[in-house]
Amino acid sequence: MNRQVPPGEAPLLHAQELRKQYGATTALDGAEFSIRPGEVVAVMGPSGSGKSTLLHCLAGIVTPDSGSLTYDGRQMAAMSDRERSALRRTEFGFVFQFGQLVPELSCVENVALPLRLAGTGRRAAEREANGWLERLEVAELAGKRPGEISGGQGQRVAVARSLVTRPRVLFADEPTGALDSLNGERVMELLTEAARSARAAVVLVTHEARVAAYSDREIVVRDGRSRDMAHAA
Amino acid sequence: MHPIYTHHVYPVCIVLPMSIGHTLLGLLESGPRHGYDLKRAFDEKFGHDKPLHYGQVYSTMSRLLKNGLVEVDGVESGEGPERKRYAITDAGVTDVQQWLATPEKPEPYLQSTLYTKVVLALLTRRDAAELLDSQRAAHLRMMRTLTERKRGGDLADQLICDHALFHLEADLRWLELTAARLEKLALEVR
Repeated sequence: MNRQVPPGEAPLLHAQELRKQYGATTALDGAEFSIRPGEVVAVMGPSGSGKSTLLHCLAGIVTPDSGSLTYDGRQMAAMSDRERSALRRTEFGFVFQFGQLVPELSCVENVALPLRLAGTGRRAAEREANGWLERLEVAELAGKRPGEISGGQGQRVAVARSLVTRPRVLFADEPTGALDSLNGERVMELLTEAARSARAAVVLVTHEARVAAYSDREIVVRDGRSRDMAHAA
Repeated sequence: MHPIYTHHVYPVCIVLPMSIGHTLLGLLESGPRHGYDLKRAFDEKFGHDKPLHYGQVYSTMSRLLKNGLVEVDGVESGEGPERKRYAITDAGVTDVQQWLATPEKPEPYLQSTLYTKVVLALLTRRDAAELLDSQRAAHLRMMRTLTERKRGGDLADQLICDHALFHLEADLRWLELTAARLEKLALEVR
């Protein structure tokens, strides 16, 4: 694995010595992270270890108390809120465990939504959205509402939506947590295939080893500190 | 990939619990075969990581012959080392039936070795967490290899890899749980 990532390529996201405190609780205590284009990195660790905080910091949703975080060579701390929002809208994609689709919209409208918000016309946005639904093998659901489809199908629609803007980094937080094994695996296969073919980097937060096995390498977070296991024995 | 996994975990999970004798017998149920045919059929269906040696086939067949589970159906003269054709006997069919009807003993594969290592690390004041981390990384590497093989494989490959993956996953869950209890374990064993 790691085939698509030429050695020595500059990291897309690079975090050093990240610290984050919530009251008396230390969520991050010097965490490090680095990911290159086309790479899939699993962030593992027990509940409460700080892995979700790390993901939120990397995605610019939460601001770390200290440490350095660069995206494509630019310091995230130096960006304005507006710039960070624009980054999240255009360069980053997100997939969560559940509750992501807008229930009032059809599946194709859900997938087209990020493009519509960015100003793309309805017809072009839905054409693009239909293409992604097809790649995720749920083209036949285009006209259905989220309430009419299964959890596994909904997750595929959510993955299609996260990739429709062709993000450079996809953040996936327990993307298969609510699915059975077979559906979970298919979602992981489709997600990683789609992301790799688009050269998107994937930050995959999971506590499941079978899900992490779709990554190129894993970072283990424990007590707010991270450890890159790529070179472990 | 760490050799311990290719040589121990995977074959232990897949190959060892499957008795070679019973498997060869089962393959004979569809009709008489030569030793070479049997080896080829076994390797194709079950020997993905560990093809049989000819010696294993011949020693297994002579044991089955001695026990009356197979008989020689014919001997052909010609080139090559083995020209005996074997057929399964009624006793052989019964034996396969019994084997298939008997559940396998659930075995804890690696746990005893890993447990010994963790306890020894704690006793000798070595870094047990490091040991568990390295083990997790090695397990995940093996899981990646199997996951990759699944992607390119047919349904049989997928099922075989899944079996190994679930076992490795069970080991990993044990590793996580042990890592979370190291301090307590240290107090108990020291």
